[in-house]
Amino acid sequence: MAILTIQHLTKKFGGLIAVNDLSFEVETGEILGLIGPNGAGKTTVFSCISGFETPESGKIDFQGQSILKKLPFEICRLGMVRTFQIVKPFPAISVLDNVMVGALLRENSVVKAEKEAHRIIHFVGLEKMKDTEAKGLPLPLRKRLELARALATKPGLLLLDEVMAGLNPTEVDELIKLIQEINREGVSILMIEHVMRGVMALSHRVIVINYGQKIAEGKPDVVVQNEAVIEAYLGKEFINAKSA
Amino acid sequence: MNRTYILLGLILAVLLVLPLMLSKYMLGIFIMMYYYAYLGQSWNVLTGYTGHISLGHALYVGIGAYTSVFLAQRYGLSPWIGMFAGGVLASLIGLFLGFLGFRFGLRGVYFVILTIAFAEITRLIVSHIDALGSFTGIFLDFNPSFKNFQFKGNIPYYYISLGFMVMSLIVVRILETSKAGRFMVAIREDEEAAKALGVNTFKYNMFAIAVSAFMTSLGGCFYANYIFYLHPNTMFGMSLNIELILRPIVGGLGTLFGPVVGSFILTPLSEVSRAYFAKGGMEGLHLVIYGIITILVVLFMPKGIIVYLKKWLKPILSKE
Repeated sequence: MAILTIQHLTKKFGGLIAVNDLSFEVETGEILGLIGPNGAGKTTVFSCISGFETPESGKIDFQGQSILKKLPFEICRLGMVRTFQIVKPFPAISVLDNVMVGALLRENSVVKAEKEAHRIIHFVGLEKMKDTEAKGLPLPLRKRLELARALATKPGLLLLDEVMAGLNPTEVDELIKLIQEINREGVSILMIEHVMRGVMALSHRVIVINYGQKIAEGKPDVVVQNEAVIEAYLGKEFINAKSA
Repeated sequence: MNRTYILLGLILAVLLVLPLMLSKYMLGIFIMMYYYAYLGQSWNVLTGYTGHISLGHALYVGIGAYTSVFLAQRYGLSPWIGMFAGGVLASLIGLFLGFLGFRFGLRGVYFVILTIAFAEITRLIVSHIDALGSFTGIFLDFNPSFKNFQFKGNIPYYYISLGFMVMSLIVVRILETSKAGRFMVAIREDEEAAKALGVNTFKYNMFAIAVSAFMTSLGGCFYANYIFYLHPNTMFGMSLNIELILRPIVGGLGTLFGPVVGSFILTPLSEVSRAYFAKGGMEGLHLVIYGIITILVVLFMPKGIIVYLKKWLKPILSKE
């Protein structure tokens, strides 16, 4: 069963068609990778799904319910939460307070929310930094904080926008383990990612888009062999040179 | 934590017995200290905690003052009750302003202009309504009694203003630790991120402006019955808009004790230097000194004096 169904999604910015008649589904429990060259429209897809942008046409159903007209906070309440590519921590408050904002979505009691926040901070490995102001964190830890805050809202579907960008290989490997664990706990994941090491290790399926259109879909190891995908990333010349 | 409460208790005890040894003039200074700490705290709820800069909070002071005085003069309603009528009216106007600002995405400078516009428009309207005294303002008849919120001497005003300030501290402390308060801070820090985490930002913005307007207007009622004279230019004017925000900024925006610390420093300075320079025929020079202090604090202590105060007090307060 699909947790998220997107049909014929189109989003224009003036004359630019950022997303063009895109359809795909996220199955319950899976990790779906959304990849494509820079400017392919991946983040715009996220913004439409999470309610930050209104698409020109198309349908978006989350758990069988249309969320096209819903506001971002309502969508989050339904159980779908996004992270931001350019992380948006609450800079002047502590890591614990950051995560508590997420936890308070499902919990009215501040004391219980704090407990829950502690649990999640422990889970993502930020205990040592829990009293640090978010602006004092280095980038890799800010990405973890972004993840922790999203997890605190107890999502059914997690939208990760380039959580691995700018991390070194060790940090990427740690994050892969963490995301696998989140997925094992039953959270479906849709992730935009450029770090192929992460995409290959995590994705059950991959969708490739270019110029806002889907050009390939399937298992990650098959998709990366696809000529249309190689062309999109490396250009026609590369394919011609290979076959010559 | 315990020591913090002990220190606060000690300070409160001193403030409670202080009127026994203060002259009338000194009492007046303390009353203004508490009054501006209270107004600053009320403003702090919207601007310090939620991050929306209001430069028009005199609007709510004026609404509170005029409503309670009007109801008292026309219908003989005690200001103790009229004050809450003013509070509700101020909240409604705040909600309308908030609706325009938050629903239509007016942020930053545009929101500031909206708040100034509301205050100025109200000032002009009140200046032209005869029932509200138009340009001449309203003089209050002196009829001292508890019911009339009017007293002989400064001592009752001293305790009432102290009570206002303490109440505002308690209210903001409760708010600060509540779910609503945490969501307000999240909005201040990053509104988009707050939305993504399921915070109904519109609702909490409206809540913040309603609470802030309500609290501010109660202060206006107090001031009217302390000064006995209302004038549109002083109750709704730009100078009050600015006076009101200086103390929390100097003390520490978005902190519980910032407005109090700011007021305890700036208010006596303002009162004493005003009197001093006026004697020397240099009226207005106190505003220059005021301005210089504000600039220095903003430049060198952008988080407010409270941060340094906390650092100095830490060794005393942290011992168990």
